[in-house]
Amino acid sequence: MSAPIIEVRIPTILRPYTKNEKVVSAEATNLAELIAALDKSFVGLGDRLLENGELRRFINIYINDEDVRFMGSLAATLKAGDSVTILPAVAGGC
Amino acid sequence: MTLKISAEHVEAIFAQSVAEYPDECCGVILGPEGSDFAQVLKPMVNSAHSPTFYEFDSKDLLSLYRELDDNSQEIVVVYHSHTETEAYPSRTDIAYASEPNAHYVLVSTRKEIAPEREFRSYRIIDGAVTEEPVEIIAAIGE
Repeated sequence: MSAPIIEVRIPTILRPYTKNEKVVSAEATNLAELIAALDKSFVGLGDRLLENGELRRFINIYINDEDVRFMGSLAATLKAGDSVTILPAVAGGC
Repeated sequence: MTLKISAEHVEAIFAQSVAEYPDECCGVILGPEGSDFAQVLKPMVNSAHSPTFYEFDSKDLLSLYRELDDNSQEIVVVYHSHTETEAYPSRTDIAYASEPNAHYVLVSTRKEIAPEREFRSYRIIDGAVTEEPVEIIAAIGE
């Protein structure tokens, strides 16, 4: 059985990697696979999402309406029809 | 590029910064996509609840972007307060700035300049900060 095709929404700041595509797709059964697949199609994108093999602290990734940090992070499973949204945190400080 | 902002929004941001002191306050002003028109003020919760850091709550952030998509709007202004320091982007502000099209507004309520206040606007693109003029207009639409 092949992996489901997952739709991924890309934020403005990462669109230079996707030739300005707002929505892209990749085949994956979990988030780690999805990021690997995205990085294969859009070289360099993976590095903007991961740091030392973990999700970057100031990148939020959601599966449907849920933050993946509450779903096992990179191990979060994906099924057909799921939609993934990537949003950089809005954060800062003095 | 000049940030045009209504006096009402400026006062609302200062009022929020005072109300949430000693924590930093934060929020956005939304406008129609591509318009650069700061139209709708939307205060956000600082989920860090900190005097030295702000971060939009992760769920609120997703709702905000869904709302933008549904209404063909964009974030025209991202604002936050510095409570004890100058209204100039800090290293963390620069590192996490991720909206190249937004005006980054900083206000400061630091005591040493009271009763004066600071309201300044910047573009932050690829780590480069450019301050821009702020034009306070009497009311939206003028």
